[in-house]
Amino acid sequence: MDPSISIKDLHLSFGAVEVINALNLDVGQGEFLVLLGSSGCGKSTLLNCIAGLLDVSDGQIFIQGNNVTWEEPSRRGIGMVFQSYALYPQMTVEGNLSFGLKNAGFSKTEVAERVAKAARILQIEPLLKRKPAALSGGQRQRVAIGRALVRDVDVFLFDEPLSNLDAKLRTDLRAEIKELHQTLRNTMIYVTHDQIEAMTLADRIAIMRGGQILQLASPKEIYNRPNCKYVADFIGSPSMNFLAGALSTEADGTVRFTCPSGVFSLDGYAFDAPVRGGEGWLGIRPEHIASGAEAASRAIQLDATVRLVEPLGSDTLVRVMVADQSFWVRMDGRTEVREGDPLPIGFNPGRCNVFDKTTEARL
Amino acid sequence: MADMTSTLSGPRGPKPRKVLSRNNIMIYGSLIVVSLYYLLPLWVMVMTSLKGMPEIRMGNIFAPPVEITFEPWVKAWSEACTGLNCDGLSRGFWNSVRITVPSVVVSIAIASVNGYALANWRFRGADVFFTILIFGAFIPYQVMLYPIVILLREMGLYGSLTGLVIVHSVFGMPILTLLFRNYFTSLPEELFKAARVDGAGFWRIYFQIMLPMSLPIFVVAMILQVTGIWNDFLFGVIYTKPDLYPMTVQLNNIVNSVQGVKEYNVNMAATLLTGLVPLAIYFISGKLFVRGIAAGAVKG
Repeated sequence: MDPSISIKDLHLSFGAVEVINALNLDVGQGEFLVLLGSSGCGKSTLLNCIAGLLDVSDGQIFIQGNNVTWEEPSRRGIGMVFQSYALYPQMTVEGNLSFGLKNAGFSKTEVAERVAKAARILQIEPLLKRKPAALSGGQRQRVAIGRALVRDVDVFLFDEPLSNLDAKLRTDLRAEIKELHQTLRNTMIYVTHDQIEAMTLADRIAIMRGGQILQLASPKEIYNRPNCKYVADFIGSPSMNFLAGALSTEADGTVRFTCPSGVFSLDGYAFDAPVRGGEGWLGIRPEHIASGAEAASRAIQLDATVRLVEPLGSDTLVRVMVADQSFWVRMDGRTEVREGDPLPIGFNPGRCNVFDKTTEARL
Repeated sequence: MADMTSTLSGPRGPKPRKVLSRNNIMIYGSLIVVSLYYLLPLWVMVMTSLKGMPEIRMGNIFAPPVEITFEPWVKAWSEACTGLNCDGLSRGFWNSVRITVPSVVVSIAIASVNGYALANWRFRGADVFFTILIFGAFIPYQVMLYPIVILLREMGLYGSLTGLVIVHSVFGMPILTLLFRNYFTSLPEELFKAARVDGAGFWRIYFQIMLPMSLPIFVVAMILQVTGIWNDFLFGVIYTKPDLYPMTVQLNNIVNSVQGVKEYNVNMAATLLTGLVPLAIYFISGKLFVRGIAAGAVKG
């Protein structure tokens, strides 16, 4: 099957600044793709290019097999939801929903039908006669989604749609967007800097940095097998613990990792390719570190001292020191630890991620 | 036994404010002095215009009239002579209306579209165009007086109201375009993007999305233009002829006539009459004016 959206060798520069550089991306039919990255990585710019709101410097964009590189935004078969909702303030909800349809020259009955259908799906029927100013943030965002919905398009573009909402509402609407996707089965591209949104919503996540996609994979893959140190560091909160050290291969084939905190055998770690040696990073997530009595059952064990305790209720985040190296450890919420306590920690090489020191690529 | 929840003695609730504090005396004192300073001339004008000439000759200009007469107002409006015409300021008033209304409408219509295009449709050369336009705001009018005379003569519009309307519209362009551009830039860009995704074109976005959101800035532009064009003297005296002189030019001709008795009361009434239109406009829409200026000033 053809991809729903296909981006070929896309370049975009503002003057001398390259914002997007030779980007290639295929999004499958009905796929939920999340563009994730810190601010300034080009994710919103890429979305605007797909929407046709920015002219590209070079490259092509295909939507449903049509080359839309020079097409007007309204004729690309997309609907877009913006961070600030961008509802037309002087129109009622109904007016907002029907504006695009009227522009496209639909008949009155057709417009009314589509608006009613979208309002039913999003449960905003009682609000149709209100102005946006009389709506709450969550209702406004629903109307904004409705505006994309009535257009009956194949592709939905979301530009950080939940960033302006408070935490609780964000969680609710996130689930609603996921349900919407399960009902409609449209292709959706969703831009966010929030990794929780990315992990929960996405079929695939594209992690962007400097106008390029570093890794494009399922949330599980991104979390468990990040392909470079930046991705490993970016995903997860608190972020992955890194140890700098040297890799060496023994005669029997086991790889040893030597760092100031000790020498560990990486037996059980699946290397992408055989390593000969050299400098590297050993990364381990806070939630994959066992502590206390449990630590004894792990292959790698260290003696640490508690430095900082952050109780979150469900979990407790603890920062511990092993010699000069600090580790974040996620512990059970009921654990009682205090600053200065000695705490044995341990982890298995199978849960680690090893990166090359210079290229920062996964080994 | 004392209630555990009761508050202790000492400061509680809103802090009391002294009405006659030193700060208040300073603020209101200086405000009163400044307002008096600005209101005094107006007071003198209104009082003088309501007095007869004998009473004026007695001297005390601050005193209210002993005998109120509206004769000077009537004379200023419909009897005062300028040159050969003796139908008062009324002729100039209607000339000014015929100059101001089309000039204001045309200049605002063009400038708002200019500003909208510059703010939202980043066309090629937009920055250069804008720079040239703003540069125009800094060139003194006097430099261009004579070239415009020739231009209008060549177009056959010299000495006509149409010519003057064109001149006013053109000279209003730089500052109005700047005003509108800044206002439209301050509107959320995502609205414009959403409208484009919704398939609206240049004019539809302008009329259905941008216009309804820009009442304050239109009021600002209207006030600037009405006062500016109504109060204009230079262009009016140069590009029209006596029959078509605007009110300001006529006022000058009445007040500055060197022959006969100086009728101070008529002069005062005529001046007040001329100033009434901009004043009325300002008082009707003053609140919107402040809001629009503030909105336009946020983003440059």
